[in-house]
Parts: sequence; structure tokens; C-alpha cells
Amino acid sequence: MSSIGTGYDLSVTTFSPDGRVFQVEYATKAVDNSGTVVGIKCKDGIVLGVQKLVTSKMMLEGSNRRIHSVHSHSGLAAAGLAADGRQIVSRAKSEAASYEKVYGEPISVKELADRVASYVHLCTLYWWLRPFGCGVILGGYDRDGPQLYMIEPSGVSYKYYGAALGKGRQAAKTEIEKLKLPNLTCREGIVEVAKIIYGVHDEAKDKAFELELSWICDESNRQHQKVLCYSFVHIFVS
Amino acid sequence: MAWQQPMDGSHASGSKVAAADGPGTQRTQYPYVTGTSVIALKYKDGVIMACDTGASYGSTLRYKSVERIKAVGKHSLIGASGEFSDFQEILRYLDELTLSDHMWDDGNSLGPKEVHSYLTRVMYNRRNKFDPLWNSLVLGGVKKGPKGEEKYLGMVNMIGTHFEENHIATGFGNHLAIPILRAEWCEDMTFEEAVKLVEKCLLVLLYRDRSSINKFQIAKITTEGATIYPPYSLKTHWGFAAFENPSKGAVGSW
Repeated sequence: MSSIGTGYDLSVTTFSPDGRVFQVEYATKAVDNSGTVVGIKCKDGIVLGVQKLVTSKMMLEGSNRRIHSVHSHSGLAAAGLAADGRQIVSRAKSEAASYEKVYGEPISVKELADRVASYVHLCTLYWWLRPFGCGVILGGYDRDGPQLYMIEPSGVSYKYYGAALGKGRQAAKTEIEKLKLPNLTCREGIVEVAKIIYGVHDEAKDKAFELELSWICDESNRQHQKVLCYSFVHIFVS
Repeated sequence: MAWQQPMDGSHASGSKVAAADGPGTQRTQYPYVTGTSVIALKYKDGVIMACDTGASYGSTLRYKSVERIKAVGKHSLIGASGEFSDFQEILRYLDELTLSDHMWDDGNSLGPKEVHSYLTRVMYNRRNKFDPLWNSLVLGGVKKGPKGEEKYLGMVNMIGTHFEENHIATGFGNHLAIPILRAEWCEDMTFEEAVKLVEKCLLVLLYRDRSSINKFQIAKITTEGATIYPPYSLKTHWGFAAFENPSKGAVGSW
């Protein structure tokens, strides 16, 4: 696929002659091979969806949580190495708690995204740390309205209308671009995200999957809530 | 004010000895802005809690619209008497506790028994450091347990003493309200009966406790959640002959 970094890819503190840090790029490959994660910003909130590829038939339904609450007003979905994702969530929760302890009010989504990005970036600066093998979609609703951020393993963080990570990200992004997001309510958004994830699922290549959905919107009182989705199975099967 | 000093003689040797944060520092010795009694009792649908909305600064009735009962999570109410700033700090700890409990999103939530246990640990550990949170806390709530809907009511004070009962009162309520509650409380009272009993206690406290004011809040916690009612006043009667002409029968002008 892309060029092999022979010799320049052994450490995250080594640049290649053409200015690339291969270790960070390899970390991104881990994200690209994982189940799809989608986030969209609707007119009244955010919807997050994860395609949880089921690795074993023995696994209990509903386990392996992929979308986590970081504060009452924000949720974080990670794509890539699940254990790395949990570490980022843990850090985000502690940043949110310490901000509130110091400033007396809930952390703004922008500030939270900044702090998570700084933390992810931190792990690309030292040879004794490895970069996080996961990309993160952070959605929150604060005074400035609903916001969606995506943080990549390199530590870059941008604000988005719609974002996708993982295997089906190209197809997902195409679908998201077709949506008229400014006119979509979150209630409609959930259905769209579910459709996108079912759409990018390759029956032949991938195994079975579980859909995990969550939203933060006016209807949920600006609280991050998981959305129960047993009903969707019926819509698509019929 | 001798009653404000802890009775165990710790102030004699001094917290200056026990303070681990350096010479010349002292820990809390006495409260500044205080709330008076809180009364609570179990009734048919849950727990009812009431107190006045006053906070005194020594003998001055300084703040008259203070809410001393707050909801904690989905299943409990907390009421506090004593130092108001310490109560605000306790509310902050409870906010952190309930937020991290909420974020687990595992279908469980902290019930009144758990919150009471947590507060007991906090209060007792602070007292052991000679730096108490100068409060008497009342914790009441309802939560589904193995035996169905379980009502819970308990209290914990600044030295860590804690217990569970069908009716609780703090401060002056211990002396004035508890005797009434012991005589007239019964199992499964209706909300109206419970309010009547609580108002009877509040009235006695209003007449006899110098630091109470005539502005009360009643709160209830049931399986539906917490409701804190808006403040209201009780009717008092001062039309006694002795009050009308206080110096009648007094000898001389002094």
C-alpha cells in the first residue's frame, strides 16, 4: 500500500527524509482496520454510532461498551484498539472533573477536545511511549450548542458536521455528505446513522455486528444518553 | 459559646498540635453561618423532610432564603443543619459522586443507604483529622431493593455518629420535636397526615428555638422522585393576656 519506512519507522521520535512520522501513520492503520464509527451534528444535537464487530459468538449481547459518557453533556466513541480507547475516555473524564473542580462549571466541548487532543499528541512525542492506536469522535452539547470533534492518533483535532472512522469511513462519509444535516433532528438522525452503519457493513467480509447508538440533544435534555436500538433490526429485516 | 466547642476536650490540647499542614495553621474550631433543625419522617409513599429557610450568623438571623434540603441523585434527599459552607462542600462531593455513578451507565444508581454510608465515611474521617464538617446531616430516600420498595431514613453528624430511624430531627429538634414524633408517628401515614405532624413540630420549634424563622420548606422523596415545595409560613398565635400587657402586675417601672 503506502511506502515502507525501512529504518525510519522504528521510533515515534524519528522523522523520515520526506518529513513523515511513520509510527503515527502505522497507528492510524490500526484505526482504519477497525469497525466503523460515525458521528453527525444535527440541528438540535449530536448522534454517535458504532459498528461493533462481534469477535465471538460466545460474547454476551450489550457487553464491550464502545460509546462512553465523558460528562453528563458529552459522549466519546473510539475506533481502533479498544483498550487504548478506554484510556482516552478515562483521561477525558478526569480532565472534565478537574476542570469543574477548578472553574465551578462544566467543561466546554471545545476545551475538552483540546485537552484530549493534547493528551493524544503527548504520546507521539516520546520514544518510551507509543501513540494511541485509536481515533476518537467526541460529541457534546454546551452553551455554544451541539459540537462534534474528531481526534486522530496524531493528535490533530478538528470540528466537524459529520465524521467517520474505521473500515467503512469512505462510504460513510459519502452517505453523510448526502444528508441535509442542518434540517435533520436527532430523532431522524438516529435512523440515518443506523442506516449508514448497516450500509457500510460488508456481509461477506465482516462477521456479525452489534449497533451501539447514542445521542445528546434537546430531547434528551442535553444529556448524553444511549439509544436502545432493538427496533431497528425489525426495520431492516423487513 | 461553650456548646459550640466539641465536648471531647480536643480544643484543650489544640488542633495546632494535630494539624499536619504546618505551624501556625488551625483547623475549623467553630461554625460561622449556621442552619437550625431539620425534621424528617417516613410515611406511606416515602420520606418527608422539612426545615426552615434561615441561616444565622451567631445570634443574627442573617440569611432568610436558604435552601437546606437538596435532592441527591434520583433516590434521595439530604438536609443539613450546622455550618452552611460545609453543607455546600458536601453537596459538591455528592455532585462528583452522582456524576461518576451516572457515567457508568450500568443500570444501577446510588440509593439512600449508599449515600448515607458515603457521608458517614466522609464525616468520620474528617473528625479523625480534627477538621470536621460542622453539620448534622439527614439522609432520606426510597429505592427498590430485594424486598420491594425500601424506604430509608438516617442521620450522621460531625463526629461521625450515624443511625437509621423512622423519624429524625437535628439540633433543637432533638429536644423539642423528637418527643412529639415518638408519641405521634405511626407506620404508613398519608402525605397529609405526615405534613400535619411535621408542621406541629415546626411550630413548636418556631416558638421555642431562637434561631428559627417563620419560613419553611417541605420536601418529599418517593419512587417518582424528589419534590421540594416552595417556602411558606405557619400561622402563629401571640394573643395571650401576658403578652398584651406585659408589665401588668409588675411592681414599679423597672
